[in-house]
Amino acid sequence: MKRPFSITRLSAMLLKEFNHMRRDRTTMGMMVVIPLMQLILFGFAINTDPKALPTAIYSADTSEYTRDFTAALVNTGYFHIVKETRSQEHLDEMLTRGQVQFAIFIPENFTRRLIKGERPQILVEADATDPVATGSAISALNAIKPRVMTRDLKGITMANPPAPPAFDVVVHRRYNPENITQYNIVPGLMGVVLTMTLVMITGLAVTRERERGTMENLLAMPVRPMEVMLGKILPYVLVGYIQATIILMAAAFLFRVPVEGSLTMLSGATILFMIANLGVGFTFSTVAQNQLQAVQMTFFFFLPSVLLSGFMFPFRGMPVWAQAIGEILPLTHFLRIARGILLKGSHFADIQADLLALVAFVIVSTGIAMARYRQTLD
Amino acid sequence: MTAATASAARADDPLAIDVHGLVKSFDGKVVVDDFSLAIPEGKIFGFLGPNGSGKTTTLRMLCGLLTPDSGEGTCLGLDLRDEAPLIKRQTGYMTQKFSLYEDLTIKENLDFVARLYEMDRRTERVEESLKHLGLYARRDQQTGTLSGGWKQRLALAACTLHEPRLLLLDEPTAGVDPNARREFWDEIHALAETGITVLVSTHYMDEAERCHEIVYLAYGKLLAKGTIANIIDNTALYTWRANGKNADRLASKLRGCDGVEMAVAFGADLHVSGTDEAALEAAIAPYRHEEGIEWFRHKPTLEDVFIHLTAGSKDNFS
Repeated sequence: MKRPFSITRLSAMLLKEFNHMRRDRTTMGMMVVIPLMQLILFGFAINTDPKALPTAIYSADTSEYTRDFTAALVNTGYFHIVKETRSQEHLDEMLTRGQVQFAIFIPENFTRRLIKGERPQILVEADATDPVATGSAISALNAIKPRVMTRDLKGITMANPPAPPAFDVVVHRRYNPENITQYNIVPGLMGVVLTMTLVMITGLAVTRERERGTMENLLAMPVRPMEVMLGKILPYVLVGYIQATIILMAAAFLFRVPVEGSLTMLSGATILFMIANLGVGFTFSTVAQNQLQAVQMTFFFFLPSVLLSGFMFPFRGMPVWAQAIGEILPLTHFLRIARGILLKGSHFADIQADLLALVAFVIVSTGIAMARYRQTLD
Repeated sequence: MTAATASAARADDPLAIDVHGLVKSFDGKVVVDDFSLAIPEGKIFGFLGPNGSGKTTTLRMLCGLLTPDSGEGTCLGLDLRDEAPLIKRQTGYMTQKFSLYEDLTIKENLDFVARLYEMDRRTERVEESLKHLGLYARRDQQTGTLSGGWKQRLALAACTLHEPRLLLLDEPTAGVDPNARREFWDEIHALAETGITVLVSTHYMDEAERCHEIVYLAYGKLLAKGTIANIIDNTALYTWRANGKNADRLASKLRGCDGVEMAVAFGADLHVSGTDEAALEAAIAPYRHEEGIEWFRHKPTLEDVFIHLTAGSKDNFS
């Protein structure tokens, strides 16, 4: 009679939860719209490798060489010349005002000094307040510099070739050679969307019961903590799975993100990751007094997840302590798994360590949730 | 104070509730203090007392929602501490606030309860309950849209669906119109006839009169227990009733006089009570022969007794 677990009672909880979902069209709508909206924002709007940056140029010397230099700049795709000005002041002003990202100044007598082999300089001023925005463009600039001049000078003054450049910058980008931001963002986005929505939704689902007074009734009935928790978590695994599918479909068909590895393996890892987050949400709900607090706690968890997991900023660029926090977060491991499977075609052995970390997190988070869940109102 | 003892349980009756010395405090504040109660099976007990007197806390301890700090006892012969899950299976608890799911339909709510109790013949039982309630035609309506009276009846149906042997009702009729209250109480009596024990908290005196016995709690302490007649007799309270022109105006004059514990106006009537018969008579003597006012010796009402008990207990408390 005193069974610790009953399928009938669990099915009662599940059925009830699905009925809640059916009635709460707004929330369910959000669950579908959030991943789509994020996809569109991150996929189409955010680009860490921006092209066609506004550039102003003041060429105090006009010749075949300078025109050729300018053309080469434009050909990199990173520079879009919006203004050719005739004064140094105007050039500075445009940069200061943020009208352009780059200001290029070609000094007088540039051509003459070039032919003489005096290695004249071109001044490129970059608005480096956003290093991400200018980084790629600058490396592209360094790459064309020796090439352009060498070719031009070869054709005209064979007798007096300038000293060959001492080195050239080779940027070799593996796995994403074109440096397409979407390849990095979209798989990561799956983890971010799941973290945000799932932690919040379970947190709300339980605190809502407390706020509306239905928890008292639920506790007075013979339902066990495990059944309540599973009843609250399983329906949202399904919701999360739908979200993940939407994002993956968009990744493959909309953004042409390569799918190198096994989707089955990715599904398994995703479910594990979802349970980890739902466990966190359930734990929060045992602490939060009301729905507002549950939402606040979600953001308390969400922010470090986004900032320290390697989703927004390079994981290796963070100090050791921040990396240590990042290692605890499930999103960090899921990102490695998702990017690994999708972009690198990782096998089970490659992602084993991250899967284990997720399993550990699931055990700890659901363990805390179960320990904290009270069967009484004490 | 007089915790009237000589009334309730005859020894041969099986007891539905039998608890001793229950204590519960929150953050160091004692909410229920040394609470003992014995209720024989099949009786309706009314649970009265001012707001914040610990009625809800006591009910919650009885159904296993709160763990008592100390004290022990049994509900339905099961130990309060060790067998709480078993008590839950046979107890119906109706919360003060409507606590079914407002976004679910009437049928879905009942179905949920039936599943949680793992009942056999679930569909039939739910249907029977719906028909009995008179809500069969509206079974697919969301419960949030029901009126207060209907909500209460539905809540009662939900907490009796699993055929409990003990019903704990926490102010079930608060904010419900008199007609709906009457029907609700008819239902409670019908349930008691089938052998169910009912402990129901209320603020209404007319409801207290529909109980077999009442328990009076104030400031966490049990102050009186027994039938209404018993409680009134055991409280050595003397009451005079004044009736007539402006009799009610005397209330403010009498209040605070020696021997007058309370002077309460009921419309044009005035009730003056005190425990010292002689002093009370002396206090009202100056007004005894006022023009147009008649004075009667009066048997104190339950309300008089409760006001007296609460006032006395407040003095002890402070």
